[in-house]
Parts: sequence; C-alpha cells; structure tokens
Amino acid sequence: MIRVVLPPHLRGLAHIGGELKLEIDGKPTLRMVLDSLEASYPMLQGTIRDHVTQQRRPFLRFFACGEDVTHESPDAPLPDEIVSGKEPLLIVGAIAGG
Amino acid sequence: MGKVRVLVGTRKGAFILSADGKRDKWDVSGPHFAGWEIYHMKGSSVDPNRIYASQTSGWFGQVIQRSDDGGKTWFQPGTPPGESTTGPGGMPKGESNKFVYDTSAETGKPLTTHQWYDGTQHPWEFKRVWHLEPSLNDPDTVYAGVEDAALFRSTDGGKSWHELSGLRGHGTGPKWQPGAGGMCLHTIILDRANPQRIYIAISAAGAFRSDDGGKNWKPINKGLYSQYIPNPTAEVGHCVHHVAMHPAKPDVLFMQKHWDVMRSNNAGDQWTEVSGNLPTDFGFVIDVHAHEPETIYVVPIKSDGEHFPLDGRLRVYRSKTGGNEWEALTKGLPQKDCYVNILRDAMAVDSLDKCGVYFGTTGGQVYCSSDAGENWAPIVHDLPAVLSLEVQTLP
Repeated sequence: MIRVVLPPHLRGLAHIGGELKLEIDGKPTLRMVLDSLEASYPMLQGTIRDHVTQQRRPFLRFFACGEDVTHESPDAPLPDEIVSGKEPLLIVGAIAGG
Repeated sequence: MGKVRVLVGTRKGAFILSADGKRDKWDVSGPHFAGWEIYHMKGSSVDPNRIYASQTSGWFGQVIQRSDDGGKTWFQPGTPPGESTTGPGGMPKGESNKFVYDTSAETGKPLTTHQWYDGTQHPWEFKRVWHLEPSLNDPDTVYAGVEDAALFRSTDGGKSWHELSGLRGHGTGPKWQPGAGGMCLHTIILDRANPQRIYIAISAAGAFRSDDGGKNWKPINKGLYSQYIPNPTAEVGHCVHHVAMHPAKPDVLFMQKHWDVMRSNNAGDQWTEVSGNLPTDFGFVIDVHAHEPETIYVVPIKSDGEHFPLDGRLRVYRSKTGGNEWEALTKGLPQKDCYVNILRDAMAVDSLDKCGVYFGTTGGQVYCSSDAGENWAPIVHDLPAVLSLEVQTLP
C-alpha cells in the first residue's frame, strides 16, 4: 500500500480530503504510482503529466523520504519506506509566481 | 422584469453574481474552484443553465468544468457517473481536459511552428483555454480559443475536444507570435444570421474569418496599422485585443487593438480607425449596446507600458455613432487614484430593456451600470483580479 500526498489544488479536483492510498503489485516505481493514480482518479489525467508526452509538468516535483526524486528514472524502484507505506510519496507544487 | 447572472472569472476562482432586473441588490456565490485561475465562463443561449468554465493553472494545466444548473454545481464533462468507463467511485474521466493539436493525416496538418519572441520558429504548445463560446443552436456544442493559438470544438458537451486545424494550418501561422500575455486565441464570435461564419482574434496575429463553419480561414486585417511590427500593415502580426459585434448587424465589427479602436463595415474585409477624441486609444475591452448597434463602449488605458487608466481616473467611453465621437462616463466610477486594468474579456452587456453594462477590474471590482453607462455602482469591491466577465439575461 502506497500513500500519496497531493498538492491542495489537486486534492480539491479529485475530491480528496487528505492523503490517498494505492495498491500496486510488484516492485512499484514512480511511473506505476502515477499510472495507478490516474486510473483511480481520472480527473487528474493531464494535471501531473502531459496528456500526450507524459512529461512531468514543470512546476511539479516528487519527493520520497525527504529526497527529491523528480529527476530519477520513472522506472526506478521506489524506496522501501514508500513501498511499505511507512513514508508517503509527496507530489509538490513548486512555490513560484508570488 | 427578468434577471441577470454575471459570471466572473478571477485569478483565484469563479464567482456568480445574481440580481433581479433592477440590478441593485446582488447575491454573490463563490469562490467556485477556489485557488484556480478561471480564465472564462460562458452560458449557452439555448440552455442558460448550461455554463462552461475554463479552470486553469500554471502548475496543473487545463480543466474544463460544466454546470447544468446555472452554476450551483459543477463537474468535469466526461463519462457520466455510473457508466462503466468511469473510474472508481464514479469519478468522471479526465478526457475533457485533453486539448491535443490535430496532426492527423486525414486533415493533413502536421504540428506547425510559429514565431517565438526571438524571431526563431517554435512548435505549438498547448497552455490553456482563454475563451469558451457556446454554440447559438446546440448546448452541447462549444468552441474553445486556446493558447498557443488554435480553435477547438466540442460537440458532446465539453467531453472531448477537436481542433479546427484549418486555422492554425492555413498558411500564415509561422508569422504569428506571442503577445505579452502569450499567443492566445481570445475572441470567438458566432453569427446568428450565418451559421457558417465564425470570427476569431489572436494576440499577436490578428483577426480571422471562416465562412464555412471553421474549415477554411482567412486573415481579415486590412486597414490595421501597427507601428511596433516590422511591416505595420502586414497581413498578420497585429496585436488585436478584442472584437465585438452586434447580432443585428453582423457585418459590422468593432475592434480594440493594442493601440487604436477600429471598425469594419464589411465583415472585417477592411478596417478604419474610429478612435476619434478618445484620450488614449490603447485598451483591452470593447462591447456593443444590446439594443443600439451603433453604441459602443471602451475603457481607455494609458499605454502599453502603463496598464491603468489615464490620470488615475476610471472612465468608460461611449460612442453612440459607432466610433469617432466619444463621451466619458464617470458617474459612480473612481476619479482619482485608480490604477487598475480591465482585461480583454472583462466587459459585457445584458439585454434588459435598459441595457446593463458590466466590467471587472484587476483590482477585484465589478462595476454595473443599469442605464447603459450613465451611472455606475460596484457590485463587489474585493474579488481577486478579474480575468473575464460574462452576463446572462434570464427570464
């Protein structure tokens, strides 16, 4: 069970009050988490990754266990603490624009 | 007497202002979509309770919202809750957010390039929806003007969107370039008398017209003079800020260009300047009285470098002669220390017997005149910066 924390704007869009939980088989990766997230909450399609290119939106970043994993391979295994649900995967909107 | 519903898009959410025909006591609902930029909302003239909204964010991209009950409740159009193709919990799919430029072989329009700020060519990249224009005949058909400039259409209530690629691909696209606010298609005008005719305007490319329902397009910029571009009378490249039309005279168009207020009597084939005695002819908004096709309104702004009213005095200017002769309308508007801007889609009129005129400011005020501009009063003072404003006149 993987815990995911969305930025407030996306929580509102997905009608989620707090963090959400996803069940993912195998060795979860960032790409698998995002695929599962978009399958469970289809209104988030296009808001984290571009619809067509699947590229991350520039002002969003991903954090795991206090580390910025934004530029890690999306197919790299996530840390055990994330996979076990001990730590949440954070999807963070950059503080920009004033 | 009728009622009015004012749809206000702001930097931090949507607001709906409602009043009876007197237009002196207002109910304010909102913020809807709090924290998101609402570039535009507009209701269907066929089904006024059908309202489309462009909810957008530099962080999270584009979302299309729809209300079928006059703005009380909203949803993202898509597969309705309960159908098998929805996600868990009956959540609608995100397909209504999907704006993809048409590169299909069938229409033969590969993704083209446009001019970038430095003069190089740059591929089209979708950023947001600036304007939503519901069809005059079908509540499920709606047009979207987007940045980077292109026109999309949905015929299923906003669920799916398809580019009318003849505009982007008609040939002058490589000469279009972004204005300071981006390369946006911000104006869409449908002609009730001629369903095949569509006008659009792009900053900074100019105005364009289709006479076959959006398949083929031609620039309609003859007579425009823009001294800030290499060829001031070029076919395209003009920074058109807004265009307005009265439905009873669909061949007459009024334009607020970057500088210059313009008029065309022949569906845009030729334009002439009608700035006349305006104190400055820079501005963003322009609109036409609901019952007097030769009465038009603008809000002069000091200059392209100083986006606020001249001398700190907020004045709407009205011409009852279709331009050239203008009078200042000031009663109820701040006449000192006012340094707001009025953005291009932030003025509208109602169609009650005494035409109401409305505009919103970047300072968060929404002003209403219930007597065609003679007297003004703020409906609200302190909204987030107003991006757009539309008015619905209801039975």
